[in-house]
This record gives sequence, structure tokens and C-alpha cells, in this order.
Amino acid sequence: MTKTGEVIIGAGQSLIHESAAKHVTGEATYIDDQPTYHGQLFACVGGSTIAHGEITTLNLEAVRSALGVVDVITAQSVPGKLDIGPVFPGDPLFSEGLVEYWGQPIFAVAAISHELAKKAVQLAKIDYKPLEPVLDLNEAINQEFYVRPPHRMQRGNAEQAIDNSVHRIQSTLLVGGQEHFYLEGQASTVVPQEDGGMLVYTSTQNPTETQKLVSDVLNLPMSKVDVVTRRMGGGFGGKETQAAPWSCVAAIFANRTRKVVACRLSRRDDMVMTGKRHNFINQYDVGFDDDGMISGIHYTLAGQCGYSPDLSDAIVDRAMFHCDNAYYLPHATVDGLRCKTHTVSNTAFRGFGGPQGVIAAEAVIDEIAFKLKKDPLEVRKRNLYNTIDRNITHYHQKIDSFSISAIVDQLEKESDYWSRRKGIQEFNAQSPILKKGLALTPVKFGISFTVSHLNQAGALIHLYTDGSIQVNHGGTEMGQGLMTKVAQIVASQFQVSTDSIIVTATRTDKVPNTSPTAASSGTDLNGMAALNAARVLKQRLIDFLSEKYNTPAEHIRFRNGNVKVADQTLSFAQVTNEAWLARVSLSSTGFYKTPKIHYDRETASGNPFYYFANGASVSEVVVDTLTGEYKLLRTDIIHDVGNSINPALDIGQIEGGFIQGLGWLTCEELKWNDEGRLLTDGPATYKIPAISDTPEIFNVSLLQNSPNSEATVFRSKAVGEPPLMLAISAWCGIRDAIASIDGRTTFPQLNAPATPEEILKTIHCDR
Amino acid sequence: MIQFLLNNELVELETVNADTTVLGYLRDAKHQCGTKEGCASGDCGACTVVVAEPNGETLEYKNINSCITFLGALHGKQLITVEHLAEPGQLHSVQKAMVDHHGSQCGFCTPGFVLSLFALQKSFGGNSDNVHHHAPRSANIHESSDKRANIDEYLGGNLCRCTGYRPIIDAGLQSLENHQTDQFDKCREQTLHTLNTINHAHQNAAKENANIIGENSGKDRNSRFHVPTNLEQLHELMAHYPTARLLGGGTDLSLEVTQQLKSLERIILLTRVSELTQVVEHDDHFAIGAAVSLSKTREVLAPHYPDINELLLRFGSRQIRNQGTIGGNVANASPIGDFPPVLIAIDAQLELERKASTQIKSRVIDVEDYFLDYKKTDLREGEIIRSIIIPKPSPPSKTQSNLKVYKISKRIDDDISAVCAAISIEVADNTIATARVALGGMAAIPKRATLCEKALCGAPLNKETITKAQTALKDDFQPIGDARASAKYRIRVAQNLLSKLQIELTNTSIPTRVTYHD
Ligand SMILES: Cc1cc2nc3c(=O)[nH]c(=O)nc-3n(C[C@H](O)[C@H](O)[C@H](O)COP(=O)(O)OP(=O)(O)OC[C@H]3O[C@@H](n4cnc5c(N)ncnc54)[C@H](O)[C@@H]3O)c2cc1C
Ligand code: FES
Ligand code: FES
Repeated sequence: MTKTGEVIIGAGQSLIHESAAKHVTGEATYIDDQPTYHGQLFACVGGSTIAHGEITTLNLEAVRSALGVVDVITAQSVPGKLDIGPVFPGDPLFSEGLVEYWGQPIFAVAAISHELAKKAVQLAKIDYKPLEPVLDLNEAINQEFYVRPPHRMQRGNAEQAIDNSVHRIQSTLLVGGQEHFYLEGQASTVVPQEDGGMLVYTSTQNPTETQKLVSDVLNLPMSKVDVVTRRMGGGFGGKETQAAPWSCVAAIFANRTRKVVACRLSRRDDMVMTGKRHNFINQYDVGFDDDGMISGIHYTLAGQCGYSPDLSDAIVDRAMFHCDNAYYLPHATVDGLRCKTHTVSNTAFRGFGGPQGVIAAEAVIDEIAFKLKKDPLEVRKRNLYNTIDRNITHYHQKIDSFSISAIVDQLEKESDYWSRRKGIQEFNAQSPILKKGLALTPVKFGISFTVSHLNQAGALIHLYTDGSIQVNHGGTEMGQGLMTKVAQIVASQFQVSTDSIIVTATRTDKVPNTSPTAASSGTDLNGMAALNAARVLKQRLIDFLSEKYNTPAEHIRFRNGNVKVADQTLSFAQVTNEAWLARVSLSSTGFYKTPKIHYDRETASGNPFYYFANGASVSEVVVDTLTGEYKLLRTDIIHDVGNSINPALDIGQIEGGFIQGLGWLTCEELKWNDEGRLLTDGPATYKIPAISDTPEIFNVSLLQNSPNSEATVFRSKAVGEPPLMLAISAWCGIRDAIASIDGRTTFPQLNAPATPEEILKTIHCDR
Repeated sequence: MIQFLLNNELVELETVNADTTVLGYLRDAKHQCGTKEGCASGDCGACTVVVAEPNGETLEYKNINSCITFLGALHGKQLITVEHLAEPGQLHSVQKAMVDHHGSQCGFCTPGFVLSLFALQKSFGGNSDNVHHHAPRSANIHESSDKRANIDEYLGGNLCRCTGYRPIIDAGLQSLENHQTDQFDKCREQTLHTLNTINHAHQNAAKENANIIGENSGKDRNSRFHVPTNLEQLHELMAHYPTARLLGGGTDLSLEVTQQLKSLERIILLTRVSELTQVVEHDDHFAIGAAVSLSKTREVLAPHYPDINELLLRFGSRQIRNQGTIGGNVANASPIGDFPPVLIAIDAQLELERKASTQIKSRVIDVEDYFLDYKKTDLREGEIIRSIIIPKPSPPSKTQSNLKVYKISKRIDDDISAVCAAISIEVADNTIATARVALGGMAAIPKRATLCEKALCGAPLNKETITKAQTALKDDFQPIGDARASAKYRIRVAQNLLSKLQIELTNTSIPTRVTYHD
């Protein structure tokens, strides 16, 4: 409400997700739910059964003659470019002879049903000349086996600072990977068009890249390929680059058969054939004083990239950017290694390397606190950045705005940190088997693509003569509520109800050359582009009304679905209709590019981030010291989203991100066998959090009165990725519980994920 | 012929492939794509539907996984899917609860959750004694922690990767409190009538043709999915179709189709055979029919064995427990099955039965003797498990009799055990009188720890005895490492459980479990 009591429509309201009613009734359509076409074919991909080697014979006779099979393709069947590497080359759509991971696509089948295609794939006879695989990250580090060259960020003289410190710790932390486990697996349906073009319906975060790669493999101009994405059943980064191959496969079949072809991966194929979050080995050598203040640190962060570069350069960079988390590092050297192994190519996953860096920072603080016998919270607070003299990152970006100190103070109070700390100590003294632990950890997360050119977006808005509004933009909907927020943003411009606004499916023929919906930037970029388009249209309407009604522009106001022109009130529909009659264009594009960012990778310095998203959480856990089982009892979170455009959706991102992070750090464990085959290839063995994992007490609030200091859309802040790292408090809480077993005499060298087995191993100190 | 209600529409299928799944039928044959596939292995719940089945004057609503349920198993039931919950212009109260609480993000898991919420509401909602009149706000409300347990129980088999579950829990609380009479309540009589008619007709047809084998029974000529209603018919079908597969809940068998891509030519359903679905209570034992669901088994045994109650709350998911049978859990002879170690520890027995020429041959064996080697059992050709004989705990006397069951897995809900330990122990005057220790996940079969038992029996209940038993345990088992746990962890945890046992037996005031439901 404004001072005059007028209702302000749009930003700031907890509107429900635009598809909520369709979700609950089953009406919301995903790729595999679309009606099938007459004669439609179904594709299934056949993968290698070794991790590394040369194909010596590829006999697909039985596959070809299997029941229902219409076509079979291999690398030789690709009319255009075989390599679909998104940034760097190295990802052949099908192996041409060299196999570099277990499950690597070698051929594909199109059949009259999904079942028959799957059955046919099993009939392939492939012989290999095996080569020695590198499967282990440690081995890759030792062999200096990389997909991209190492990179260093440096500020001051870390070695010297460490040497001169009173205390020093050298330690290693293993951080596991993570399977995306979007509930809807990878899926594409390709409809051949006249002129040899292709219409691709797919579940992707990156329609433009799919468009480009389909046109590459088919040797078509991009203008003949249209990609449409209405919604995804979850993406989390797993559909940023790794959704494209399945569209390419379907498109090649569609091109050969001129039939509609669907390619949907079964859950097992999806888990085996698509990349995951990078696992890391993080080494640190840190010097600090008696108060726990860090004086210098040297990190070596080694990410397991798998067989190809994919997005790994940027991902390991982001881990490096985040190994300070919220802490000032006066002298720091950070080395990042992009290690190659003969495993599937790891890829984007919510946080994009950031979490693997942040957890290293928290491990460092934990260990410092342990060594000095201080409460970790004390050491955390002492090391925080400020905006005065401890405000330069190790990549030389200045921190101008830092809400974490305030958040931590507030959380410390509201969660009763110290009285609960005391209660836990009392509980633990009485309880020989179950031990409780508590930890408060902050998160600072840099917002922007670190590859600068991706920080752009476009939108397209049409006003119709009945006052209804159609909006389109380059972002994709994967559940985060982007379409809802963009509708709110547009509604706020015209002060009309979001009911009169429809945000339509993302299409490369409506808004071209888009960036992936990633890096938490969906609303920041596309919301701003839509806002700009709306502003153009609004100005046109104002100009038109001003002239027609001979009223100064200041006297024209958009309110409650109407437009007040001096004393007259016109409905919005009347205005658009009158504008149309007066031949005013009612369609506009909008464009946005993030200001202020620049980064020089040569010198590893600059402002890669427009701003930082901040938050903190406190978690209390209980650990069974005989079995390693644990339970998260309570979590409190305060998170800074700036001025929230939609508090309900933002809280949804925070809670969902937290539980996803909890999974990464606890129950989600990826295991391969000695031959490099993924053992945890389905939900029977790979366990993401289920409902009982959500703590009984889960208090989540948004930091109040904290508009973004940068001029983002409505001064909001991105929220997609940062909350995932709030779960680090649960992991630190488990460490805290373990440390209490022997009264804090042995440091709990707990790695991630903290499965019951990992916890018991830590308790028994065997590494 | 297979007959069932698809919501309110009567479906009659003259011929069905034995191995068509309900999910495949809905999506491919009916193009009703509201029900999703997330895994096709029963693990994610995206495909959850509800089946209503007559139970006397009422209908019981059960959430099940449509991806691992064969279509024929719906015979005589009502199948309820997400498309049919809402009435024109009005969401069902569970749908509304999900919308009100922002319970969907990407929405892919949502239809499954909605159906589990529906089953939850039908089981626990609408009882006015339970209604609290404040608006449910969050998972934090303390009085609602019982309700939280019910919600977890019903929704533990539905995975959501987006929301973190909190809004869904709140939607669950609202669903429990805002139960309104819905179309299913309004149509209850009609539905019951239709289903009873189908089932009676089926039984009578079978009676008339004592011989119900395809060729002779006209109607069933083309069927490859058989639904016998008594043992006699079952034996006859088995004799006639020796290669047909027996189907309990199908939570194991169906994976051959959906995961190994095999075809099943012919199936005989066990869950309508009246003798196999009975629970008979005797003075000192229960005889539980092999085709009794795990959900029902829990209801029967919970009052007698608190730890079995706990175990069964963590056995698979609600969907799996609604479908899966106790007989199937024994018959499939999985080394990681949860019930066999318990049955061995409490010295349960199996009643086995087969028909040789014209004679019924029954025998009773100890559960322990059923398992011979990896997936090899004592079951003979043509033989079935008829019932499981479960002794009641001996009445409390001066001996303290106890059954302790520990399920160790990575996740609380719906996970396969790395180790499942069941220990039945009697202690008198601080001396261990008897101990039966059985473990799953430790060997190729569920197995007793004989050396460990030896170390325990007759010894005082103290640290020293436990240490000896722990050492002995190491000689009892040579477990393997796999995706779930390493061999080392399995041994270590099994040993540690003996320490836990000691504490639980000596000092009940010490908390020892992180996952107990009180
Ligand atoms: C998601 C999921 C989670 C699971 N979680 C668990 C778990 O936590 N713990 C656990 O122990 N198991 C678990 N299981 C395995 C399975 O659910 C159980 O073993 C269940 O008890 C099997 O019963 P069923 O009736 O479904 O068996 P079915 O699949 O119907 O049958 C299994 C086998 O036994 C045979 N059979 C069935 N009944 C008889 C009989 N009366 N006489 C002779 N043969 C018979 C069948 O022919 C078949 O070969 C899980 C399975 C899934 C899919
Ligand atoms: S599809 Fe996952 S449980 Fe059925
Ligand atoms: S809303 Fe996306 S999986 Fe639940």
C-alpha cells in the first residue's frame, strides 16, 4: 500500500507459482506428456561398457533387425559437426572409436516405441581394446592430467604470511560430487519442418545452445532451428549443457526419417550418461594468530572434471572465487586444478563450484577454532569481511556492501545460539551414545556469470487490444518461479493484475541469442529485460495519451488496471485499443546487460561479480556414535534477497536449496567400481533427501529492509544458488558432535558427504 | 477379463499383457499423462496413484507406485489418478493445500505427492476428534508432531528435489485438518457396489468352473494374467502353467520388467487368494498369510513388537508397504531383505504347500532353514509359501524378554539396509539366558550369528561378554562391500550394535537411537 492507500500491484507479493494449479491437477505438460504424433519414433542411446579404450568392432546387426527398430545411427551418421563441446571441443556426440568413460554414447536406435528402442540397444556387440583408465582424482592430480591448464589467483604474499604466523595448519578435505536427480529426466522431441528445419521441444536451461548444436550437427543455419521450452521438471544445472546431446540425437533421426522423434533418457541412462557436480580435493595451508585471525592461506582446489572440459574451467574458477566465503584473507594464493579422469564429464550444478570453495573456507575456520579451543562462531565472526579495511578479495574485488555481520548477529540472538550451546554440552555430558552438535555458518556468493558476455538478456512484450499482455524472455522455467516473477515485474509497470499477463514458453524464435538460465541470474537478467521492454511500451502509451488528451505526462498514472489521464479514468484495455487505432506499435523488445562487471583472467583480478548474495544458518544435529546415523533436529536461516519480488518463491528457493545442499553433504554418495562403472545409477542406491530429512524445526526468514545496493530489478537479489551452501552448517554441526566425543581432543577429519559410514570412520579415526 | 474402475469409469480388458504396468497403461494407452515417471523402479513416487478397495462397508485408499504395479493387479479395485481429483471448477482439498502452501516448484513430483496426501487424508483426516482449529502454519507447531509422523509415513516414498518438503509438510497438516466431503465420499456406495459386483462375479465364475483354466473358462481364454481366489484354483493354475510367475505385491518381480527389460509371459496373482490374505490369531502365535501386505503386517504386529513396528515404518515406503507382501519378502530370498532376520530371530516358521498329483502337501519349516545360498531356497517346485507363523512374545515374567531390531541405512525413509540386525534375547538376573542374533546384509543369505550367540548365551550381561560377542561376530560373517556400504563398515556397525544392545538392556533412560518414533 502506498501512503494514499492505493494498492501497488506486482513486486513484493507472495503470488503463487503461475503453474501451481496445473501442477496439482496434472495439467502441466512436460516433454514426454505431449501428445504423440502419427508415426512418431522413440530414440534410445547405446553406451560403452568400458571406461577407456578403442572400439575394435562395432556390430549393430542385431540392433538393426530387432523388433520395431526403424533406424540406427553412429558417429558416421552425423551430417555436420560431431563435436558438441559447449565452450571447448572434446564432446563427440558419439564416440568415433576412442572411448573415454563408461556409458559414453556410441550409437542410437529409433524404434516405434520407447520399450522396443531400449530392448534393441541391448543387442549391440561391441569389442574394445582396453586402455588404462585414470579413474581417481588423486591419481589425476599426481599425473598432472588435466582437461584445462591450472589457474592461480593471488593477493599479497601468502607463503611469507604463513611462515610468519604463530599457528599453522595443513590439511586436506575431500568433497563429494552430486547427481542432479531432477525428477524429470532429460527429454527432447524433435519435429521436422519444411525447408529442412527442426522444431525442438526440450527440457533445457539453455535453448539457444541447443539450437546452435542441433544446427551444427545437421549443418543447418541457426535460423532454421527453433527450440521451445515451456518448463522443466527440475534442472539444477544438469540441463545447462547436458540437455543438448539428446536433442541432437533426436534431430539426426528426425532429419533421416522425416518423422517426429522423441529422445527421453531412462533414469539409469540419465545417471550414467550425464555429468554431475564436481568432486574436489581441497588442500589448505593456513597461518593464523592466537585469536584465530587468518594471516595467510594457500589453497589448492582440485576438481574432477571427467573426460572433457565442458564448463569445468568456469566451475573451478568459481570454486576459487569462493574459497574465502565470508572471510577476509589478507594474503592468499589459490591454485585451481581441472583434473581429467575417464569418467562422465562433470558439469554445472547449483552453485557451480562455489559450494566446493565455500566448504573449504568453513573447514579451515573449524580447524582453527579447534586448535585454539575456541567456539567456531567466535573465530568465524573475527574473520568476517568488513567494508572498511578488510574489504578486498583475493581476486581484488572490493566489497562495498556486506550484510553478513548483521545477519550473523541477528541469527545468533534469534536462534539462542549460546544457550543452546550450553544445553548441548549438558546433553552430551549425560549421553554416552548420542551426541549433539551445533554450528552457525555464513554464505557469501558472487552474482554474475564470470564469463562476462553471458550477462545479457532479451525480452519481448506484446500488448493486445483487449488489454491482455503476452511476455516472452530468454529465461527458462525450471520450478524457480521465474515466469511468475517476470509477470509480477511487468504487472508492476502497467499496474494491471498478473491475471492479464501470460508469460509464454521460452522460444528461440521469439527472443534470440539467449544465455542459459543459470548462475542464479534468471530474474536479474530477464526480469530487467522485461522491465525495459515494459518501460518502452509504457512510455509509448504515455506519449500517445499525453498528446491525445492534451495532458502533461506527469498527470498520467497507471493504477489498479486503469489509467488515469488527468480526471478521466480509462481501463487499460481502452488505452491499448485506442493506441492501436492511433497506429501506435504495441510490441517491444527489451534488452539488458549487467553493468560494472569486468574481469581480467590473465591477472586474475577485477570485478567478476555485480554484487554478493548473503545469508547464514544455524543447524543442530544429533549423531549416533555407534552407527554413524544422524538426524538434523533444527535449522534457522536468515537470508538476504534484497527487496524480495516474491517472498514465498524466495523462501521456496532457500528451503529447497538448503535441503539439496544437505543431501550433497550427507546422504548423497556417488560410487564407481574399479572399472569406472557408476554403481549408484538409480534412486535405489543413490539417496537424495526424503521428507523425514527436513528438520522438525525449520525457521527461514528473509533479511528485512535490505534493498540491494546495486540497481538490480526492484533492488532484489538473486536467490537460486546461494542457499544451497547454507547446509554447510549441518555438516559442521556433525563435526561438532563428533568432536564432543572425546572432549575436543581429536579433530574430526570428516569429509563430505557425511554418510553414516563416513561419520563412523571419522569417529574411529581411520583414514 | 480384468475389470476395474478408472476413477468412475468401468474398464474391462479382455486381453492384457501380463507385464503391462499401470503407469504404462495410463500414459501410453490412455494418454493420461498427469501421472509421471521419475524412475520406473518404485523409488521416487512420481508415479503414485491411489487404489481404493472394499473393506466391508468402507473403502480403503492406498497409495501405490504405478510404475511397478501390473495392470491385472487392479482387478476389482478403483484406480484414482491426479486428473480426477478436482471437481469442475474446484480443486480437491489436498490440491488446494498444496497450492496454498506453495508446495510445488517444478511440479514434476507434485501429482505423486497429491495422491499420497489424498491417501493420508483418507486415512487420518476427517476424524473430528483430531481437528485442531488453528490454521496450520508450519512444520514447527509442536502439537502437530504426531501429525508430522503420519505425514512422513505416507509421504516418505515421494521424492521432491525442489521444495525441501517444508511446504509439503504444511500442505499435509492442512489436508489433515481441512477434510471436506469429496466426490469419492459421495460416491462411496456406488463405488462399493460396483467393486463388490466385480469381485462377486469373479468369485462365482471361478466357483462355477471349478476349473478356471483359460481354455475351459471361455472368458479367460486370452488372459495371461490370472486372478485365482482360493488355493485350489491357485494350485490348479500352477500345475497347468508351470512357468507362470507368482505375483505378490510385485515390488520385486516388476523390476525384472522395468529395470532388466525382461518380458513376463504369464502371471498368477496371489493377493486375491483368500487363504493367503488371512491373518489368524492363536494363543501364542499369528499365522499371517503370505500375501498379506507389509502395511497390514505392521498393524498386526505393532502392539506386540515395538521394534517390528519401527522396522516396518522404515521398510521401503508407504507405497511399497501397501503393495509388497510379507511372503514376497521371504520368497525372494534377498540377502538384504529386512523381515527375514527378524523372523529368524523370533524363531518364526513358514507353512509351505504344494499340490502333488491330486494331493495337497504341506510342511512347516523354520524360517532359518528356508535360505540355502544366494537366492537359493528350500522352496520346491510347485510349492508356495502359504503363511508365516509368528510367535507372540513370551509373557513378561522374571526373565526380561526382548526383541531389538536395528536397520542401518543412509537415509531414514525408503532405503535398503546396509545392515539389518534382529536380536531376540532373554536376560534373567543379569545373565543372558538365550540369544538369537540374525543379520541381513552381512552374507549371501539372512543368517544367524552362531558364534556370537554362543559368546552371549549363559554369560553375564556386561562389557566383557559384549566384547567377546563382538569378536565372535567377526568370525560369523565375511560381508561384501557394495554401493551401500563397505565390508568394513558392515562388520563394525554390526559389532557396535551389540554395544548398543547392552546399553538398551541395562539402562533404558539413555537415548540410543536417532530415528525412533517413540
Ligand atoms: C522402492 C523399493 C523399496 C524397497 N525397500 C525394501 C526394504 O526396505 N526392505 C526390504 O526388505 N525390501 C525392500 N524392497 C523389496 C521388496 O519390496 C520386498 O522384498 C517385498 O516384501 C517383496 O514383496 P512382494 O509381494 O512385492 O514380492 P513380489 O515382487 O510379488 O515377489 C517376489 C518374488 O517372490 C515370489 N513370491 C511372492 N510370494 C510368494 C509366495 N507366497 N510363495 C512363493 N513365492 C512367492 C514371486 O514369484 C517373486 O519371485 C523394496 C523394493 C522397492 C521397489
Ligand atoms: S516412477 Fe519413480 S516410483 Fe514410479
Ligand atoms: S517440485 Fe520439483 S521435484 Fe518437487
